[in-house]
Amino acid sequence: MATWTWFHRFGSPPWVYGFARRWAPWFGGAALLCMLIALYGGLVLAPADYQQKDAFRMVYVHAPAAWLSLMIYTTMAVAAAVGLIWRMKVAHAVAAACAPVGAWFTVAALGTGMLWGKPMWGAYWVWDPRLTAELVLLFLYFGYMGLRAGIEDQAKADKASAMLAVVGVINVPIIKYSVEWWNSLHQTATVMQMGKPKMDFDMLWPLLLMFVAFALYFAAVLLIRLRAELLRRERTASWIREVLT
Amino acid sequence: MKAGVLDVARLVIARDLRLAFRKPSQLLQPLMFFMIVATLFPLTLTPEMSRLRDAAPGVLWVGALLSSLLALEFLFREDAQDGTLEQFALSGQSLTWMLFAKTCTHWLLSGLPLALFAPIAAVGLGVPGEAMWSVVASLALGGFALSLIGAISAGLTLGARRGGVLLSLLTLPLAVPILVFGADATHQAIIGGDFGPPLRMLGAIAVLGVTLAPLAAAAAVRIGLE
Repeated sequence: MATWTWFHRFGSPPWVYGFARRWAPWFGGAALLCMLIALYGGLVLAPADYQQKDAFRMVYVHAPAAWLSLMIYTTMAVAAAVGLIWRMKVAHAVAAACAPVGAWFTVAALGTGMLWGKPMWGAYWVWDPRLTAELVLLFLYFGYMGLRAGIEDQAKADKASAMLAVVGVINVPIIKYSVEWWNSLHQTATVMQMGKPKMDFDMLWPLLLMFVAFALYFAAVLLIRLRAELLRRERTASWIREVLT
Repeated sequence: MKAGVLDVARLVIARDLRLAFRKPSQLLQPLMFFMIVATLFPLTLTPEMSRLRDAAPGVLWVGALLSSLLALEFLFREDAQDGTLEQFALSGQSLTWMLFAKTCTHWLLSGLPLALFAPIAAVGLGVPGEAMWSVVASLALGGFALSLIGAISAGLTLGARRGGVLLSLLTLPLAVPILVFGADATHQAIIGGDFGPPLRMLGAIAVLGVTLAPLAAAAAVRIGLE
């Protein structure tokens, strides 16, 4: 019984609004702390790579951003599915708040990847399967946000974009797989290490910590965006007046 | 009275075919669009046949994809506006099944004619005669998969005021696998390689589409009708 009442609170916009307001600074603070430690670890403590020298340090921004871009899509799709199945308004608001953050992390992953690619591969862009799949992911985010923006009616926009997010989840592995197949046919002449090289612990821990920091940052931004989203959606509700005065 | 599923499909298909043949311009527009796109490439790229042959799979498939997007506009929009889809949903028959029949008709009217016309464009792109059958087969199969995927996004954009660009934005990322395997099958056919594996992958995607896409399309259309 107790666990169920706990779960049901997340269906109530005023409670979630209060929750987001209380927790966002904590997540943000923890993110900042982790980020600073990870930056120090990554840029100062970690030894330079024997092959890529100091340029490898781009990994501390690039890899967590790429992980987050996928993780946020999954979060968005799960929230969308919850909203679709249990008709939770808050879940739709969460999905809506996820999309722009995810798109920005995808842009960050692509951007840092390009900057990293220039000194390493000699080109800003190569049609590598991972890059291509990431680019398609960005288009999926754009499609999701475009659909949401294109439908005036809030309830319809929520449900239609939720359907799209769920369809996208089925399709993402197929896209990934087909892009890999496609790349193996058009083998490019780049010298790349596709297998993950074993990483030294001194290099690894800042990376993992940076991932934690990015995830915490995502949580903080999500909560802030969620508050804005709830305020916009519930603008006619009476609890808004109580909260804002 | 509950009609049999095959009767329902027959009625839906007959209705859509009759409507389409009464408005032949809607039928011909995507085809003409495809031919024009195929003509633009030699003009912009090179008139040299050997180089055009390398580009032919890309030209044919991008052309087919763009033309299918154009045709998708006609899939649900008019029927949603005049209330036919609402009648479908209220008829007591399975909406999934009716939309599947509708999507098949859409393929009969857009994907299949395009595949049959493709050899004309393909000749101009330097595709050898013996590769024509596999070009037609891959475009027909890929077109079917594109229609199925497109039905989902066409259903989702019903609620949006302007379909056009949004429809493309939703469909294109989802169509990536079809494009990859389809273009590869065509490429293999042109260079005389083994086009079986990519064609089978295309078939697998089409089968997956048949099983899942009508369900998603029906759910999407219901959302649009609410």
